[in-house]
Amino acid sequence: MLDADFFRRWMTAAAASVDREAERLTALDSPIGDADHGSNLQRGFRAVTATLEKEAPDTPGAILQLAGRQLISTVGGASGPLYGTLLRRTGKALGDATEVTEQQLTDAVREGVDAVMALGGAAPGDKTMIDALVPAVDALATSFRAAAAAAEEGAVATIPLQARKGRASYLGERSIGHQDPGATSSALLIAALVEASGE
Amino acid sequence: MSDGTENLVGIVLVSHSPAVAESVATLAKALSGGGTTAPIAAAGGTVDGGFGTSSELVSAAAASVDRGAGVAILMDLGSAVLTVKALLAEGDELPPNTRAVDAPFVEGAVAAMVTASTGADLAAVEAAAGEAYSYRKE
Repeated sequence: MLDADFFRRWMTAAAASVDREAERLTALDSPIGDADHGSNLQRGFRAVTATLEKEAPDTPGAILQLAGRQLISTVGGASGPLYGTLLRRTGKALGDATEVTEQQLTDAVREGVDAVMALGGAAPGDKTMIDALVPAVDALATSFRAAAAAAEEGAVATIPLQARKGRASYLGERSIGHQDPGATSSALLIAALVEASGE
Repeated sequence: MSDGTENLVGIVLVSHSPAVAESVATLAKALSGGGTTAPIAAAGGTVDGGFGTSSELVSAAAASVDRGAGVAILMDLGSAVLTVKALLAEGDELPPNTRAVDAPFVEGAVAAMVTASTGADLAAVEAAAGEAYSYRKE
């Protein structure tokens, strides 16, 4: 069973990972985006950890909803409402249980990913975070480690794709050959599950 | 206190740029002519004045123009659109009867402002702003 401490560790590990990789995310966002993905997410996740310490929500659902809300209000770019919606919807789907099973987490994340697709209008193959998140959800039923590997593969697989959403889509064919920063940060978020579980 | 704007639909302009949001609001007011104009507020850029979108500024702007007749929000691009839609999905972040209006930013803002200033309802304001898409410049 996964308790509130697990979800707190997940968010903390994600924040640490975004901190470590912020420059790389921004570098990926330079050729095809507006070169702020790393710094925006860093600001957002730092706010998440600060708020979680201060408010100490005690259920998995409340932790993710609070984190999502922080991301929407602090990121300042499109990744804010997208990741915010992902976490908030996942948190809502978990309800107010004090512990959840891995299967419940998988189902909830799937709801979160569906909400992100509805909000941004992106589908797999559009060179967005969805290209990492959809394979990750499919692999979550196996293990966190499998999900992390699937997300990473999905992120790398965005390199040959042409962007069809967001700022990169204005570049047309020139967006080909670059790894999508959103898919890359999504892979970090999923990899943080492995860290949180100590798997 | 009465400023003549009771029952007028409020308008919020959300842009990545504080200057763009402010400037389009000023333009829309100027083109709405004399007399009472609908309440309009700009929510441009981030809280610290940078480029981007702030959900805080959007919520505050919407609250400031709400007179009970509804609020029409126009957005420019990307995160502005996604932030407003995410706030609407949240349910209690924006005044009741708030809509994200699908319209070109400048032309839509003028159409929305002129229409709202006549006392038209939210649906009419939304329709007028959306119609700005069909005005071709060729």
